[in-house]
Amino acid sequence: MIFKGKAYTFGSDVDTDAIIPARYLSTSDPDVLKLHCMEDADPEFPNKVKPGDIIVAGKNFGCGSSREHAPIAIKAAGVGCVIASSFARIFFRNSFNMGLPIFESDEASGAIRGGDMVEVDADSGVIRNLTTGARFQAKPIPSFMQELIADGGLMEHIRKRGSI
Amino acid sequence: MGMTIAEKILAAHTQTAGFQPGDIIKVDVDVALANDITAPIAIQEFRKSGQARIAHPDRVVFVLDHFTPTKDIASANQCKYVRDFALEQEMEHFFDGGEAGVEHALLPEKGLVLPGDLVIGADSHTCTYGALGAFATGVGSTDLAAAMVTGQAWMKVPSTRKFVFKGVLGPWVGGKDLILYLIGKIGVDGALYRVMEMEGPAISALPLSDRLSMSNMAIEAGGKAGIIAADAKTLDYVKPRATRPYTVYQSDPDAVYESVTTFDCTDIEPQVAFPHLPENARPVSQAGDVRLDQVVIGSCTNGRIEDLQVAARIIRGQKVAKGLRCLILPATPSVFRQASREGLIDIFLDAGAIVGPPTCGPCLGGHMGILAKGEKGLATTNRNFVGRMGDPASEVYLCGPAVAAASAVTGRISAPQEVVK
Repeated sequence: MIFKGKAYTFGSDVDTDAIIPARYLSTSDPDVLKLHCMEDADPEFPNKVKPGDIIVAGKNFGCGSSREHAPIAIKAAGVGCVIASSFARIFFRNSFNMGLPIFESDEASGAIRGGDMVEVDADSGVIRNLTTGARFQAKPIPSFMQELIADGGLMEHIRKRGSI
Repeated sequence: MGMTIAEKILAAHTQTAGFQPGDIIKVDVDVALANDITAPIAIQEFRKSGQARIAHPDRVVFVLDHFTPTKDIASANQCKYVRDFALEQEMEHFFDGGEAGVEHALLPEKGLVLPGDLVIGADSHTCTYGALGAFATGVGSTDLAAAMVTGQAWMKVPSTRKFVFKGVLGPWVGGKDLILYLIGKIGVDGALYRVMEMEGPAISALPLSDRLSMSNMAIEAGGKAGIIAADAKTLDYVKPRATRPYTVYQSDPDAVYESVTTFDCTDIEPQVAFPHLPENARPVSQAGDVRLDQVVIGSCTNGRIEDLQVAARIIRGQKVAKGLRCLILPATPSVFRQASREGLIDIFLDAGAIVGPPTCGPCLGGHMGILAKGEKGLATTNRNFVGRMGDPASEVYLCGPAVAAASAVTGRISAPQEVVK
């Protein structure tokens, strides 16, 4: 699978309160959550983002609360995938469990600028900056997590295989 | 080869032999927890599985504590959705209304989490139970749904960083100050994916409540769990509450740690974490002149009776500063009752504080104490991210109950010694 879109860049330690503020958590409706995606980091983001665009962030993306509303909001906003230097662990597992593609690459995180066109090959983990021509390799994804993605998330994985 | 407490608990809950850090294993879950914000998604996912009944209903706990007492129609509908499901499934461990309290204060109190347990919770502060000698970690709602269907979870086996706290704590210094100090040293991703094991004479000297505050904030350093070995104090607390068997684990002397870091606590002052990350910790003497609009004492970090006792010792006979709102939220009904019996509620009310029901409310900017644009709040909670307690242009400072109480009296961030001579 190939993801291709415009990069929106964020710094390090973007927390889930910035991704989807708790004041909107009285619903889990993706169509409502997407209207506030990244609002406290960039109030204009929900209006600017186009389907297939890519979030590029620094270290520890998704730190803080365990709310799955965060990856739900990102997915519902149309973001194709997220690239970061590193991910906070609950956000990391939530993304795989519910099928939001994420890629870890310190080099890509440091080199991609806002507005660059970026392409990610999910199978090989190769990230290309189409604007500058630079090429990066994302960290390999453990085989169990690849299974989760292939199956369409944790619950589908359980349904297909009868257990975790 | 020796094993850490975390490794021993994982080994006791998996069929996989000889696992190493980084391996992914399946584990049996003793307790699976969710609240009114995270349970609805878990229930939707559970419904989609087509399974009629929760695999082990006695191991699933729901607490309606975040937007309760319900703050608006949407949160009321969300709570009703969870309530209807809990009733349908005849869940024994469903806490609502006057039985509900802030989940991570409530579960230990009810004896629902015990030493040696493997706990997952769709709430990041599930790591609190590490202070009971359990392996407890925050997960997402889908993980919880999976546990409701199968009784299991997947875990990437973490390595462990050990933190040793030596020395004797100074006056008004507690567990919250130690954990803020530690996060200030290692950063908000200083223990990312790792287990934090905390020990040493300063930890042994702490009451269990302060240890719970420390384990509670392991996630603020990125940690998967924040474990403190159970000792006599832990067992004094656990024994009268436990209704099932439990196991006390100790790390082996030759256990393998990724790193061991030692702190001398003797000179550590009460700490304050400045906006907008918990790692921005400073000694209170270096806080400067920070004028406050609100002080909150409560939450899963510091809403226990011991925290209220500390606050009351400082507030007794004083007045809350003019123009400042001081909210005190006992974390559970039994904490509220004990505070009432001990006369603490009168001390707070006499001082002009607001005493509210157990709720997570203001900690996550839900309700009951929201900050306006430009306002500054000091809280005994665990997060000071942008917009955490209200308007994105407000500020949250974090501290323990002593600094919070003293600052409520002076109206600015203050050391307890300023108020208690």
